[in-house]
Amino acid sequence: MKSAKKDFVTIANLTKEKIMYMLEMASEFEKHPNRELLKGKIVATLFFEPSTRTRLSFETAANRLGAKVIGFADPKVSSGTKGETLKDTILMVSNYADVIVMRHYIEGAAQYASEVSPVPIVNAGDGAHQHPSQCMLDLYSIYKTQGTLEKLNIYLVGDLKYGRTVHSLIMAMRHFNPTFHFVAPKELAMPNEYKIYCKEHNIRFEEHTDFNEDVIADADIIYMTRVQKERFSDLMEYERVKNVYILTADMLANAKENMKILHPLPRVNEIAYDVDDNPHAYYIQQAGNGLFAREAIFCDVLGITLDEVKNDKTIIEG
Amino acid sequence: MMNKQERLVAAIENGTVIDHIPSEKTYLVASVLKLDRLDTPVTIGQNYRSKKLGSKGIIKVENKFFTDEEISRLSVVAPNVVLNIIRDFEVTEKKTVSLPNELTGIVRCNNPKCVTNNEPMRTLMHVSDKKHGVLKCHYCEKEQEISKVKLV
Repeated sequence: MKSAKKDFVTIANLTKEKIMYMLEMASEFEKHPNRELLKGKIVATLFFEPSTRTRLSFETAANRLGAKVIGFADPKVSSGTKGETLKDTILMVSNYADVIVMRHYIEGAAQYASEVSPVPIVNAGDGAHQHPSQCMLDLYSIYKTQGTLEKLNIYLVGDLKYGRTVHSLIMAMRHFNPTFHFVAPKELAMPNEYKIYCKEHNIRFEEHTDFNEDVIADADIIYMTRVQKERFSDLMEYERVKNVYILTADMLANAKENMKILHPLPRVNEIAYDVDDNPHAYYIQQAGNGLFAREAIFCDVLGITLDEVKNDKTIIEG
Repeated sequence: MMNKQERLVAAIENGTVIDHIPSEKTYLVASVLKLDRLDTPVTIGQNYRSKKLGSKGIIKVENKFFTDEEISRLSVVAPNVVLNIIRDFEVTEKKTVSLPNELTGIVRCNNPKCVTNNEPMRTLMHVSDKKHGVLKCHYCEKEQEISKVKLV
């Protein structure tokens, strides 16, 4: 009997075992990214909202596994603009593709698509709601640089109110006994529902409004996000804090040796360019890890197991 | 035998007596249950004295037994009302209306960017806190207070 269809829509319900399984699979793809595991498969990438870096990462992952890619990068060319429902678009594309990667500005769109689609749905971001492949590559970057996900001091800096990546990270890390530090201006502080979530899951956290070398001296991971002007109702407040949450190289003097700086990108000015050459900088490699995480996501939803990846005879060397 | 003061409105042979309605919600309950569309006798009373509520409403609906979906709708606007099911002038069952674990197709999500407000589809809410009346949308996962959501 055919097993139930698998989707990758949210990070919130993944077990600890499943997360570790996915990270192990990603590390196999890092060793050998080029394979023909998905030869003969068609991957559709439907971007109802443009996101060039996410789309390139998914399409590269599909191509490196030997799949062919169809889809659209710009919603202006899709029939959604003619008034077609999401359901109809998904059902139409599922006639052609073996898996659908979708990005949408509507929240919950991927969950709904997964309920109507006969083929697996991979959520590449649905509005302010979830962006689980970003979370998977964040976890992989942490795991790879720290050698573990257990008992880490993780500093989340900047826009903690609207930043979906930091919210997903808290949920995914709940299994691993972390200590979080929330560093944000008052207007963009971590919402109460996530602080309640931390308490319910026995996750330790501290809140800071200062951001300086003493605050971050204890960090294993500093996860930077952008403080966006349009998020402020009070522009005076924005002017007051806009330069507070900028990471500069001289703030790293007391940092622990293993500490790495992450950022979901694109950055604007929240990480000074003088940090780029510092050994603690990791945000560019982090984005590169997205390829391996997404190769693992494709294989998992298409029913290819870690064992099959480890014993893969389709590896293309060189 | 009930005395005259207790018998607030005439007894019914078969049907449902909705009791313990907070007085100010009496007409809302009638509207949510679409009682105006029924062609059976309906008696609506309000501002009766009540030990529990101070003041309460009662609605008697003859020859009508409400479905689970109708009761779910009712639970959103007036939790804790009591339905007395009457057969042959006897109360055969008393049901206290309470929020179910899920509300399917009953209320709208308050998030304008939620897929349920942008596609022709049924809504689904999980009741995450029955005591305080907190709902969580199955799709966008926004939590919302039940007093602030609108019926579909």
